[in-house]
Amino acid sequence: MKKDLKEFRTFPSSVIREIHRAANEGIYKIRGLGAKRKVPDFDDLVFLGASMSRYPLEGYREKCNTSVILGDRFAKKPIKLDIPITIAGMSFGALGANAKEALGRGASAMGTSTTTGDGGMTKEERGSSKYLVYQLLPSRYGMNPDDLRKADAIEIVVGQGAKPGGGGMLLGQKINKRVAAMRALPEGIDQRSACRHPDWTGPDDLEIKIQELREITNWEKPIYVKVGAARPYYDTTLAVKAGADVVVLDGMQGGTAATQDVFIEHVGIPTLGALRESVDALKELNMHRKVQLIISGGIRSGADVAKALAMGADAVSIGSAAMMALNCNADLYREDYEKLGTEPGFCHHCHTGKCPVGVATQDPVLEKRLNPIDGGKRLKNYLSTLTLELQTLARANGKSDVRNLEPEDLAALTIEAAAMARVPLAGTDWIPGFKNN
Amino acid sequence: MNFDLNKKKLREVNNYLQNIDRKDNKRKFELSNPQGQHAICAGLKDEIDVTIKGHTGYYCAGMNQKANIVVHGNVGTGVAENMMSGKVIVKGNASQSAGATGNGGTLIIEGDASSRCGISMKGINILVKGSVGHMSAFMAQKGNLIVFGDADSDLGDSIYEAKIFVKGKVKSLGADCVEKKMDEKNINELNKIFKELNIPEEAKKFKRYGSARKLYHFKIDNLSSY
Repeated sequence: MKKDLKEFRTFPSSVIREIHRAANEGIYKIRGLGAKRKVPDFDDLVFLGASMSRYPLEGYREKCNTSVILGDRFAKKPIKLDIPITIAGMSFGALGANAKEALGRGASAMGTSTTTGDGGMTKEERGSSKYLVYQLLPSRYGMNPDDLRKADAIEIVVGQGAKPGGGGMLLGQKINKRVAAMRALPEGIDQRSACRHPDWTGPDDLEIKIQELREITNWEKPIYVKVGAARPYYDTTLAVKAGADVVVLDGMQGGTAATQDVFIEHVGIPTLGALRESVDALKELNMHRKVQLIISGGIRSGADVAKALAMGADAVSIGSAAMMALNCNADLYREDYEKLGTEPGFCHHCHTGKCPVGVATQDPVLEKRLNPIDGGKRLKNYLSTLTLELQTLARANGKSDVRNLEPEDLAALTIEAAAMARVPLAGTDWIPGFKNN
Repeated sequence: MNFDLNKKKLREVNNYLQNIDRKDNKRKFELSNPQGQHAICAGLKDEIDVTIKGHTGYYCAGMNQKANIVVHGNVGTGVAENMMSGKVIVKGNASQSAGATGNGGTLIIEGDASSRCGISMKGINILVKGSVGHMSAFMAQKGNLIVFGDADSDLGDSIYEAKIFVKGKVKSLGADCVEKKMDEKNINELNKIFKELNIPEEAKKFKRYGSARKLYHFKIDNLSSY
C-alpha cells in the first residue's frame, strides 16, 4: 500500500539534502553552467503571426535578411555579421583548446563572431575565427596589445549574468602548464578572476578606459561593454554614456565555468526582463540601433532569437547552447558522468576539469574526445538551424529583415512574462505594471 | 622632434609615435603642454625615447612596448598599465593603480604612488622612490615592487609570486602576505636591478615580502583570512 507521505513545502527533499550536505562539508557548492531554477523566459511569449492586417512572406522563397552591423557608432571598422547570433566569451582554461577552435570554426562557417574569455587569445582560436572579439576582463590574464590589435572587436567585461558582481575562479585542477603560462601564474593553483577592474572604477573612468583602448587600436575596433543583468536600465545608460559601440547584456540564465551555486541561482534578473529594460534605456537616449544591443543568457532556439530581436535586441549571444552543440551533456561516455555523480542532461561539472565529452577540460585524454573539425561542423549545423527558424518566424510575421520583428508581433502567456517583456497577455490588451495602461 | 599638444591633437601625436617610420632616424621626441590629457603615449611599440614636459592624465604609456618614456610631472591613474616592455620614468607622483597588470619592463616613480600600485602585476619591475598607498601589489602575480619609502595598509593582499621590497615602514600586510628572509640571492637580485638602472641604493637595507601560499587553494580552513 502506498504510504501517505506529505513533503514539506518549505523543506522539500532537495532542500533537506542541501542542508545535510552543508552541515557535513561547511562550504558552499561551486558548479558550472547557468541557473536551474524556473524563471519567466522566452517560452512564455508567442508570436502572433500574420493575419488580415499583416501579410506574411513566402516561407521558402522570399528573402529575409539576417545580417547585422555591430560597432558603427565610433569604430572605423565595424563588424558585419551574416547572422545575428554570436558566440559568447568562454575562456581558454575553462574550455580546452579544441573546444575554442571548434567554436571558431563553427562561427566562421556561418559568418559570425566568437569571443575569447578570461585567459587571453589562443592561436587556435584566432586562426579559426573569422571575427574574434577579445575580452578585457578584470584579471587581465593574457592581455597584451598585440592581441588587442589582432582582434576584430574589444569587449570590456564588467560582469556576467551568472554572477553579476562576483568575479570568477578557475580551480587548480584545470590549470595545466599552458594555461598557467598564459596567465603568468603557477600551475595547479586556484586562479581567482577579480570582480572589478584594476585600473578603473565607475562610468567616468570607463569612458577614459575606452578612450585608451581606442588610442591603442587606432580607433578601428568596435568597443563592446558587457554587463550582467543587475540594473540593466542604468547599466545600459552608463555604458552608452561611457562611449560603448555595443552593449552586451547577459541575463541570469547565462552560464559560467565555475561559480557558487547560491550566486548562479540568486543574483541577477532573468534575461526577459533585463532585455526590456535595456531597450527602454536605448530608446530614451535615442540610441536604439545606433548602439547595438546583444542579449545573452538562456538562448536555445531560433524562437528565442526571434523573440529577443522582436523585443529590440540587435543580436544574441550563445554560450551554454554552443557548448551543447559541441556535445556538452551528450549521452556519451556515460560511465564518466557517473564518476562525477551525474548523468547526461544534468551535468554541470565544468569546474572539475573532468568534462566527459572533452569540452570543458584541459585533460589531454578527455580533450581528444572533441575533434575540433567535427565540433565546428556541429556548431555550424546548430547555428544554421537557429537561423532558419529565425527566418521562418520573421517571414510568418511579414518581415523581410529579422530586425524588423517588433514587440507588436508578440503576446505573453503568463502575467509575469507580460509584465517583464511589456507585451500584452495573450487575448487581452493588458500589460501589467505598464504606466500607459 | 617636438609635439605641442596645445597645437596637435593627441590622436595625431599618438598615431605618429605608434607608427614610427623605421627608415627615418628620428628616435627622440618631446611632448609639451600635455595638460593632463588621458592615454598620452598609449600603445607605443618601438624603441624610441619620449619626454613629456608636464602632467598627464589616466593611462599614460598604457600597454607600452619597448619605448622609453619620461614624464616631467605627475601622472594620473594607471600609468604604464599592462606594460609589456620598455621603461617609464615619472619624475613626480603617481595616482592609483600605477603599473597595474604590467607584464614586463620597468616603471620608476620618483615621487609617491597612490593606492593599488602594482595591482595584479604580471612581471613588471616597479620602483617607487617615495611611498605607496594602501592595497599595493594586491593580487600581484609576478615581478618586483620595490618601495624606497613606506607602504600603507594591506600591502600585498592575496599576493601570488610577485616579490615586494620595502626600505621604510609597512603599516600592515594583507591576507597571505608575509615578511620573508632577505637572503643572499634576493640581495643579489635586487642589487642587480639597482645596478642596471644606475640607482645608488643598497639592497640589504630592504625587507622582503611575498606570499605565504596558504590561500592558493580555496579551503574552508582559510575562511577567516577572507
